[in-house]
Amino acid sequence: MSINATLIGQMITFTLLVWFTMQYIWPPLIEALEERKKKIAEGLAAAEKGQEDIKLAKKRATEYLKEAKAESANIIALAQKRANEVVEESKDNAKLEGERMINAAKAQIEQEMQQAKENLRKEVSSLALKAAEQILQEEVDKEKHKDLLGKVSKQLG
Amino acid sequence: MASEGGSTGYIVHHLTPLSVGEGFWTLHLDTLFISAVLGALFIWFFKSVVEKVTSGVPGSVQNFAEMMIEFVDQQVKDTFHGESKLIAPLGLTIFCWVLLWNTMDLIPVDLLSMVGSMMGIEFLRVVPSTDLNATFALSISVFILIIFYSIKVKGVFGFAKELTCTPFGPWMMPFNLLLKVVEEIAKPISLALRLFGNLYAGELIFILIALLPAYIQPLLSFPWAIFHILIIVLQAFIFMVLTIVYLSMAHEDH
Repeated sequence: MSINATLIGQMITFTLLVWFTMQYIWPPLIEALEERKKKIAEGLAAAEKGQEDIKLAKKRATEYLKEAKAESANIIALAQKRANEVVEESKDNAKLEGERMINAAKAQIEQEMQQAKENLRKEVSSLALKAAEQILQEEVDKEKHKDLLGKVSKQLG
Repeated sequence: MASEGGSTGYIVHHLTPLSVGEGFWTLHLDTLFISAVLGALFIWFFKSVVEKVTSGVPGSVQNFAEMMIEFVDQQVKDTFHGESKLIAPLGLTIFCWVLLWNTMDLIPVDLLSMVGSMMGIEFLRVVPSTDLNATFALSISVFILIIFYSIKVKGVFGFAKELTCTPFGPWMMPFNLLLKVVEEIAKPISLALRLFGNLYAGELIFILIALLPAYIQPLLSFPWAIFHILIIVLQAFIFMVLTIVYLSMAHEDH
C-alpha cells in the first residue's frame, strides 16, 4: 500500500482529462443546453402571444358580427319602409286611375245619351211629319212649310 | 478459487497490484492502464455526444450526457458563487472518472484476474480506487488547485494573512498557523482516504464472499452488489461536491 510513482502518472492522466473536458466537452454541451433553454423560452412566449392574438381576434370577430347584425336589421327596416311606401303609392295611383276611367266612362255615356236623344228627336220629327202627311193626304212641301216644320221639331226637342 | 495458497493467499493475490520498478519509482501498471482506459471511455462518450450535439430535441445518449452535465452544473451553481471556467468541468471529470473506477468494483472479482492470468499477467487489481496512488493523485491535484486559487484570489499576502491571523487574530499567530495548516492538509488526506477506504472495504468483502461455497455466494454478493451501487455513486458524488466546496472556499475572501 505504498505511495509511489503511480501517483505522478495518475496526476498526469487526471490533468489531461480535466484539460480535455474543459477545452472540448463542457463548453459545447453547456452552450447547447443554454440554446435549448432560450428556444424553449421563446417558444413559450410565442405560444402565449398566439393565445393572446386568438383572444383578440375572437373579440374582433364578435364585434364584426354585432355590427353586421345591426346593419342587416337596419337594411331590413329600410326595405320594409320602402315597400310600404311603394304599396301606398300604387294604391293612390290605382285610385286615381280608377277615378279617371270612371270619369271617361261617364263622359262617354253622356255623349252617347245625347246622340241617342238626337237620333230619337230626328226619328220622332220625321214620324210626326209622315203622320201629318197622312192626315193632310198631301205631301207636305218641305220648302213651303219650312217654318212650320222647324217649329214642330223645336217643340219636340 | 480458494484452493491455491489458502484464503489468505487468495485475498493477497487479489489485492496485489501488477507493478514494475523498485522503491518510489514503482509503477502500478494495472491502476495506470485501467484508469487510463476508463478515462478514455469517459472522453470518448462525451466527445461523441459533443460531435452530434443539437439544441433541438436530444437523442437518448445526448439526453444522458446532458443529465450529467446539468447535475454537475447544478452542484457547482449551488455551492460556488463566482466565475470559473475550470470548476464545473473539473467536477464533471472527477465525478465520471471516479464513478467509472468504482463501477469496476461490480465486475465479478475473479473475472478480469482470470482473463489476466490467461494472458500471462500474474497480478491484476481491477479497481483503481483501491489504490491509494489513484485517490491521492486526485486529491493532491485538487489540493494544488486549492493553494493556487487561494493565492490567485487573495494574493500571496492575503493568503498568508488568512493562514496566520484567523481564526484567533494576529496575537495567536503560531497557533493559527498550526490550525490552518492542519485544516488545509486534512482536505486532500480525507478526500483520498474516504474514497480509498470505502472501495477497498467493498472490494475486500466481495473477495471474502467469493471465498464462500458457491451456493451461498449469490445470496450475499447480490445484496452487497446492490448496496454497492449506492456506495459507488455516493463516493463519486462526495468527492466531486467536496472538491467544489473546497475550491469555492479558496475563492472566498474573508
